[in-house]
This record gives sequence, C-alpha cells and structure tokens, in this order.
Amino acid sequence: MAQKTIDRRWIFLLIFIGVALPLIFIIGLPIETTENVRMVYEMVENTPPGSTVLISYDFDPASRPELYPMGLALVEHCFQRDIKVIFTALWPMGVQMAEDVLDVMRQKFPNKEYGVDYVNVGFKAGGIVTVQAMGKNFREVYPSDMNGTPISEIPMLRGVKNFDNLAFLFSLSAGSPGIKEWVQIGHDTYGRPTSGGVTGVSAPSILPYVNEQQQLTGLLAGLKAAAEYEFLMDSPGLATSGMDAQSIAHLIIIIFIIIANVNYWRANKAEKGGK
Amino acid sequence: MKRNIPLIITFLVGITVIFSEFIPHYPFGMLSGELENWFLIISGFAILLGQLSLFKVNILKIKFKKENWQYSVITLISVVVMIGTGLLWGTKDNTGILGNGDQIIAVMGSKPFDYLFDNVYQHLQATMFSLLAFFIASAAYRAFIARTTESNLLLIAAILVMLGNTSLGSFLTSWIPEAISFLHLPKLAEFIMKYPTTAGQRAIMIGAGLGIIGSSLRIILGIERSYLGGK
Amino acid sequence: MRKFLIFLFLFSAVLWAQNLDFTAEDNPNDDGSAILLKWNAAEIGAATLRITKLEENGDTTLVYLSSDVIGQYILGDGIQPKVPANFRLQALDVTGNILAEKEVTAVAKAQWFNTNKISLLIMAIILTAAIVYYIFSARSGKELYIRKIAGLESIDESVGRATEMGRPILFIPGTLDLDDMQTISGLSILSKLAQRAAEYEARLIVPVCRSMVLSTAKEVVKEAYLRAGRPDAYDPDAVFYLTDDQFGFVAGVDGIIVREKPAANFFLGAFYAESLILAETGFASGSIQTAGTAMPSQLPFFVVACDYTLIGEELFAASAYLSKEPHQLGSLKGQDLGKAIFLVVLTLGIFLEIIGVHFLKDFLTIH
Repeated sequence: MAQKTIDRRWIFLLIFIGVALPLIFIIGLPIETTENVRMVYEMVENTPPGSTVLISYDFDPASRPELYPMGLALVEHCFQRDIKVIFTALWPMGVQMAEDVLDVMRQKFPNKEYGVDYVNVGFKAGGIVTVQAMGKNFREVYPSDMNGTPISEIPMLRGVKNFDNLAFLFSLSAGSPGIKEWVQIGHDTYGRPTSGGVTGVSAPSILPYVNEQQQLTGLLAGLKAAAEYEFLMDSPGLATSGMDAQSIAHLIIIIFIIIANVNYWRANKAEKGGK
Repeated sequence: MKRNIPLIITFLVGITVIFSEFIPHYPFGMLSGELENWFLIISGFAILLGQLSLFKVNILKIKFKKENWQYSVITLISVVVMIGTGLLWGTKDNTGILGNGDQIIAVMGSKPFDYLFDNVYQHLQATMFSLLAFFIASAAYRAFIARTTESNLLLIAAILVMLGNTSLGSFLTSWIPEAISFLHLPKLAEFIMKYPTTAGQRAIMIGAGLGIIGSSLRIILGIERSYLGGK
Repeated sequence: MRKFLIFLFLFSAVLWAQNLDFTAEDNPNDDGSAILLKWNAAEIGAATLRITKLEENGDTTLVYLSSDVIGQYILGDGIQPKVPANFRLQALDVTGNILAEKEVTAVAKAQWFNTNKISLLIMAIILTAAIVYYIFSARSGKELYIRKIAGLESIDESVGRATEMGRPILFIPGTLDLDDMQTISGLSILSKLAQRAAEYEARLIVPVCRSMVLSTAKEVVKEAYLRAGRPDAYDPDAVFYLTDDQFGFVAGVDGIIVREKPAANFFLGAFYAESLILAETGFASGSIQTAGTAMPSQLPFFVVACDYTLIGEELFAASAYLSKEPHQLGSLKGQDLGKAIFLVVLTLGIFLEIIGVHFLKDFLTIH
C-alpha cells in the first residue's frame, strides 16, 4: 500500500496562515539568549567609545526580513556606545539597506552627525578583491564617500588607513560576497575582530568560523538572533515581533512531520498486515 | 595554438598568484592585486554580453511568435523601463540626463527608478525569497520520516533545532531549573548546531577545499581543459 | 626660588621622559609600506598620547591619537620602502599639556617571504607534491581505483530519458561567477553532458546568471557539439543570460521549469538560498534531478529534493571522473593522500591540545 500523502498546497496554505496571523495578532512569546549572540553583544560592549568600526551591508531586499532587524539593532547599539560607524556594501543593493537603517537612526539619534559619527562609503564591486584592497589601503578603494565627498574631508576617517584602525568588522551577509570574505581577509589576514549576521538558512555553513581562533566573534543567525540581540539591548523591535510568526511556522512544519510519520507508520503496518 | 595560448596564460597567472600569496615584495605583492583588478574590468565589460544575449533571445522569441512569447515582451519592457528611468532621471542622489525630475518627484514622492525599486523590485525579491518557507515545509514533510536509526536521529535533531530556534522553545522549557539549563531547547539547539552540525560541515569543507586545490592544480598544469571546451 | 621651581619642573619632566617608551620599526611581512609604532607610557600617567609624523619639509602630520597608555599602531599611509620616517610621541595630560615627548626614526623594508604563512606553504607543498606525484605515476600506466559516483553515472540515464520523452535537459552552472571553482567544475560537467546530448539529439537549455559564464558556457557547449560530430545541431541560443540578480534568476528558471517541463535538471555549481526553490520546483514538475555543490548549507536541500547529489569534493572530482583520463584520476588520488595527511595532523592536534601542548596549533595558525 502506498503511503498517503497530503497535497502540498494544503501545507502552503497553512504555512501562509501560520505566518500571517501572528504578524497581525502578536502573541509575545519569551526569548532566551544564546552564546553566539552574547559574544557579538559583548564585542560591541567592550569596544571603547570613540572607536571606529566597519559594518558591511552585504544583502539585498530578499533577505531584508532577517538581516535588516540585525542591522538596526547593531547600529543602535554602536550609536548608544558612541562608536563611530563606517557603512559599506559588497552588494549593490546593500547601500539602500544601510540607508534605510540610517533613516531610522537619524530619528533616534538626532545628535549624531554625518562624517563625525558615521559615514556611508557606498558599494564597491569585486567582493574579496575589494576587501583585500581595503585591508591594504582603505583610501585607495574609497577615495570618497557615496556622496562624492573626498575621504580626507571626512573628520572621522582621518587616521583610518586600513583595517588596523578599526575596532571590529561586521558583515550582514546573505551570500557571496559576504561574511566569508570578511573572515578570510579581515580576520585571517589582518587579524581584526570580525563578526556578522547571516540568514538562518545559511547559518550552518558559517558556524564553523565561530571557533577557538575566534575567526568570527560570535554570529547572529537568523531572525531569532536578531530578537535575542534586541532582548539583550532591552529594546524590542522588528525581530521580536517577527519571532511569533517564525515560531508558529516551525510548529506547523513539526505537525506536518508528525502527520507524515503517522501516515508512513500506518502504511507500513497495513503492508505488513497484508502479507 | 588557439588552445595553447590560453593554457600558457592560465599557467603563468596561476603560478604568479600562488607566489604572490607568500612574497609581499614588489612586484609580486602588487601583481596579484593588479590581476584581480583586471578580472573586475573584464567582468564589467562582460555585462554588455549578457545584456545583448538577453535582448537577442527575447527579440527572436517575439519575432517568431514562439510559445509563451508574451513573457519576453514583459521582460524587455521591464529592462527598458528600469534602465530608461535610471538614465533619464537618475537614482537617489545621482542626477540623470533630464535632471532630477522634480515634477515627477512631486507626484510620485521619489524618482521613478527609486519608486519602482522600492515598490516593485524589493517586493518581488522578498516574494521569491519567502517561497523558501513554503518549500522548506513541503520538503521537510517528505524528508523527515523515521525509516531507519539514522533517519530517527535526523528527525529528533531536526525537531529540537526547529523548536529551539523559536520563542516557542524558550516557552516550553523555561520552567527547567537553572542547574540543568542545558536541557533548555534553545541551548540544546545551539549545542546541535555548534558541535555535531559544525563537525559535519567542517568535514565537507575540508573535502571541498582539497577538491578545489586538486582542480586548481589540474587547471594550472593544463591537464583539465574542459572549461575551455576541450576534452 | 622661582628658578629652583623651574629647574625642578624641567628635571622631573626629563625624568618622566626617560620613562616614556616609544619605538618605531619596520612592520614585518609586508611590501615595505608600513611602520609599526609601539608605546608604553604606563608610568607617566598621561590621558592621551599623540603620535605625529615629522615630514622632511618641517610639517607635522597627525598619525594617531590614543587613550591607551600601552599600545601599538601600524601606519601604512605615506610610507615608502627604504625611506626613513620620523615620528614624535607626545604624552598629554587631561588639559592637553605635554608631559613628555620622544622622537624616533624607522625605515620600512619589503620582505621576500611572509613568515606568517610558513605553515600554509608547507601544507601547500606537501599537497601539491602528492597530487603531482600521482598525476605522473598515473601517466606511467599505474592502475587507479575510483569508487562509483551515482550522480555522475546518472548523466546517461538522464539524457536517455530526455530523448525518450522528447523533453529538454536543463543545466544550471550555479549562480556565482567564473572566479568560483564550483562554476568551473559545473562547466566541465556541462561539456560532457552537452556532448552526450548532441549524440542522443536531446535538447539542452542552459540559463546563466553571469555574463562571463555565458561566454564560457557557449564555447563549452559549441565545442562539445563539434566533438560529437553534430555542429549543425548546435543552437547558439541554447545558452542564454537571464539576470545577475539572485531571485530574478530563480524566478526565470522556475518559469522555464514550469513551462518546458524538462525531463532532467542539473544544478551543478555554487548555490545559495535559491537551491531549494529550484529543486522543489523541479521535483514538482517530475524531472529527474542531479545536483552538486560545495556549499554545505545548501546540500541538505538538494539531498531532499533531488535524485542524485554530488557532495562537496565529488563536484570537483566530476570532471576527472567523467574524462576517465589516468592523469586526471591521479590528481584525485593525490587529494586522498592530502586527506589522509589532514586526518593525521588533526588527530595529532587534538591529542596535543588535550595534553596541553599548543605548538602545533600555534604553528598552523596564520597570524
């Protein structure tokens, strides 16, 4: 007897309802923090105020639901601690993602001044080649910021020559080029503390870099990590509200797995009974 | 000759890049970066080839009214509109051929390219990515069946990780006392991801790394030439 | 009295200055474009340390301001090899008064070998030697055993099925550019697949998402049709460009799968989140599917949704496996020796770390 299967459109429908409803009616399930997220949080906490860091927006609108909340939380944390931030992007659309984060931050931190507290140097093509060149000489890669202002005229970039002048590097990465390039060059070649945020689906391939050598200082993996970061900052935001939807979707998948197993078990039993 | 010249170039460039990894002295340290710049320049020009192919294939489809030719019309219109609006009125802070299009901004709220980017393109991208949620559900339904010991282990690990990665996991096990907090679902999920999963991933990565070294050597030495169309 | 106080102030300043440690030296393992500055002003009690570069024309340029009393800084701006550079460190108190200062000179030198990478060089030499040795020993006629890879054996089955059903074969060489080895491996397999498709007269569709991959894939397919003796059957539009955009490309390919219903799908190369979207659509359309990638996070998706999956190194071995040429197979044997060496080093490393000996880990770490 063949195993009974469910038309996959039923699965799709229930997933749709399971994701949509909690976004409208927020349940507010609790959040527990994990070590990888705490490592990132502590890295920012231990960075002295006035230091300069680099955050690369290596994603596009497709991964926005997972990575944008991370970007928001991280930049907010940096700004709270008076850390200066250089925004860059290895993906063309990353610039827009960074600008969207900055739009929110400008409202939250009206005192932060462009060029003094943060700067957006924009997108540069070339992936690992660009990261390599940045490590050698930041100014050669970015002679000006994204508005065309020469780097020499930007106060916070005086004295920033290469990665040695940055407290840490952070990549919000949805693929290649992205976090791997930053680890290989930023950490492995130049020895700078490097960390990042990735989509939940690509986390397993990046987790090996969180190791004894601290190739990555912690990792934010998926929406859950973003929600944990918001929890650590005591500032619930986009990710926290999205977690309910993710939880319900996971639950539906688990229920379908159980149904599939029951079907398999019944089919097996019937087959044995038939013999 | 037609095949030997690319092989010689490949060999020389390959050897140079390997040397430059270990020799920082001029000119080796600089050569590698310079060659990488060449790649960027060539790939920049190659974009034109891609666009030509796109136009050629779709125009031919429309011309000969091949099956589903209507989709080609939509493709070409989309390409022309996006390139056109970007060229004519620019994007964000960049000015286009016709200036900034202040009158259009007054009506649409932003430049035409940015309007389409924010309101059409971004949503199309997010839609395609979100399909993944539906496909993961249907794939999980098929894959996680307890047939053998190995698949049982896989099934248990999958459920622990899935629950642990949600608020529901925290909710279900938050009552467990601190002394045995390793039994909290998020911590169990983190353990599975950090040790068994990472160990497996590393094994695959080491194998793949060796494969890359082997393939690179075959290419540099000219043994492997099928990427050139050879045998 | 006043003179005595001034003397006392200057004397104490000199004493403090003696406690200010400031050195400048060539930054090792580079092309002579950086100077390593180190300071220790712990005994002075300075609030800020200011390092300036003294230019030849008498100007000074601010290099670095630090609140750390002990630290180092690598200056890579405006440094030329073999040209002396002068620096001044000033220790300042909270109000900006100079407590002590010191000047030093250094000359940057370019190195001929990056000693930080010695472990990498040794590993590279061992691996290369092993691979080259086996390539040449295979050339001399030594028999080599290679296990069967089901995914690659399936090529004939897939092409045969496509011919029988009169439906096309879809091939995707990943979504990354030519600088990724997975793409090259994908194209190598495409070469063999296209030749078989030409022989069986099956239609091949190759959408690509990178322009450079487009021109290479076209050449590969064209040559394969020539090799099969069917240049007339080659359709130059069988290989075509869709878009560089990841999900735009997925939308395009999914559309092709739904409309054309290919008999066989090959996803061989580098894939990201698009892997499952492509493979599930292919599964739903009933195609026989073969996938291969070295992206560990995408492998589970392919394993679930495809009939055959090449895992990591199998993708890179595919070209050698399919060519059956002894010297290509020899390189695989070399890789295996490399793997054995890794296992030994790994086990030794674990053992040494457990007993508290860290030299192997320190040696292998690239600083």
